[in-house]
Amino acid sequence: MSFKHMFTSSVGKKLVMAFTGIFLILFLVVHAGLNACIWANDNGLMFNKAAHFMGSFVVPRVLEIGLFLGIFLHIIQGYMVTLENRSKRSVGYAVNYSKGSKWYSRSMAILGTLLLMFLIMHIYHFWTPSRLGGVGNIQGLKTFELNGTEYHNLYAEMQAVFQNPLVVLLYVLACGSLAYHLAHGFQSAFKTIGIHNKRYHAIISSIGYGFAILIPLAFAMMPISFYFNLVK
Amino acid sequence: MAHNHMNLKLKVWRQKNANASGAFVKYDVNDISDEMSFLEMLDVLNEKLITTGEEPIAFDHDCREGICGMCSLYIDGKPHGPWQANTTCQLHMRAFKDGDTITIEPWRSNAFPIVKDLTVDRGAFDRIIQAGGYVSVNTGNAVDGNSLPINKDDADASFAAAMCIGCGACVAACKNSSAMLFLSAKVSHLAQLPQGEPERKSRVLNMVAQMDKEGFGSCTNTGACEAACPKEISIANIARLNKEYLRAGLTQE
Repeated sequence: MSFKHMFTSSVGKKLVMAFTGIFLILFLVVHAGLNACIWANDNGLMFNKAAHFMGSFVVPRVLEIGLFLGIFLHIIQGYMVTLENRSKRSVGYAVNYSKGSKWYSRSMAILGTLLLMFLIMHIYHFWTPSRLGGVGNIQGLKTFELNGTEYHNLYAEMQAVFQNPLVVLLYVLACGSLAYHLAHGFQSAFKTIGIHNKRYHAIISSIGYGFAILIPLAFAMMPISFYFNLVK
Repeated sequence: MAHNHMNLKLKVWRQKNANASGAFVKYDVNDISDEMSFLEMLDVLNEKLITTGEEPIAFDHDCREGICGMCSLYIDGKPHGPWQANTTCQLHMRAFKDGDTITIEPWRSNAFPIVKDLTVDRGAFDRIIQAGGYVSVNTGNAVDGNSLPINKDDADASFAAAMCIGCGACVAACKNSSAMLFLSAKVSHLAQLPQGEPERKSRVLNMVAQMDKEGFGSCTNTGACEAACPKEISIANIARLNKEYLRAGLTQE
């Protein structure tokens, strides 16, 4: 059996979804942890330093390539698996069976699509201006100075973006999608890579639900904190 | 003891053959005892259809004891009807009330083509079993049972997986028409016994390949299969199948 064969069977495709999903879960931890620096209440100094480190040091830049590959693989594979699975029942039921499973478990593709739409907006808001836009591309945006050099001020950019209540609302809704996507995805990924032991599965389920609540909550608090001027 | 009798309306999927297009047909069935089984209620309707010269409704059944896996029927939006851990033949009419309308559909999956009305061809399951759901034993004298020690917990877990009767309710319940609960029951049954060890890797790889060839979908761990299974096969078996697949896929030459 070749590796190509192994990862393109129905179980293999799910393995790809699970491995990329777990990789993206790890990314969320890093992302939430770094962004939490905004709450240091030092006018963004610690946050800007952390963001500058992530944007200039070679290790996170190389990991970033892996991150983009992982995201693309997860999205494309997710859509392909969903379309393939839908094609397996040409004539549907008159009465659908909805009692045996959770709505969010059945709606991973829709939740994922909402997250993809959010991701495009999010990259447009922060990643593109900070990585490609030069030092000060938003009008009136103050730069941030470190050891005598001017850098892009991502903290000020967050402040500017999150003055718009519609943007704040969209970010909070996206965090809701993320929470439900994780509520199913976290434990499902570990089932797919073969955790069947009841004790371990109980631990993973609990961690999964905790993760699905805490991480999106932390993310949602960021635009809310800026909008209501809770960070200084 | 007096029986309670009820009058019901049925919406039944009628389809002449695999290629014909089907449709729901409404029937009134009157004076049904609540002590009848669901299939007996359909027998009463079919008797009536035969006497009036109509084509009786085709549906699968055999033992009517809940152990053979032959009966099917997707009743009011659930495989095998509203009761938990139950087959259609063991569903009794006391599950319904006088005046109810009951919608009866066949298993819906492209891998289970309709033969006629409510009867579907579940030969795909047989071919998946043929691909690896067995142990090869040389003929000769039977070995002494006690010469092969098996941990009691493993034997129990293996037996719980072996409870699968192959009815296909898991496929019918799954939004992806996935056969993974069925497949995982057989793989888990044999992977936990020493007799299954020699063919452990080839079994899981061949059975998954055959499942894909038959046109079933992939598992997304929604849990609908487990909730619909008349034998309460655990979804944990699917995780075990995934582990067996990963292990075999990584270590096979």
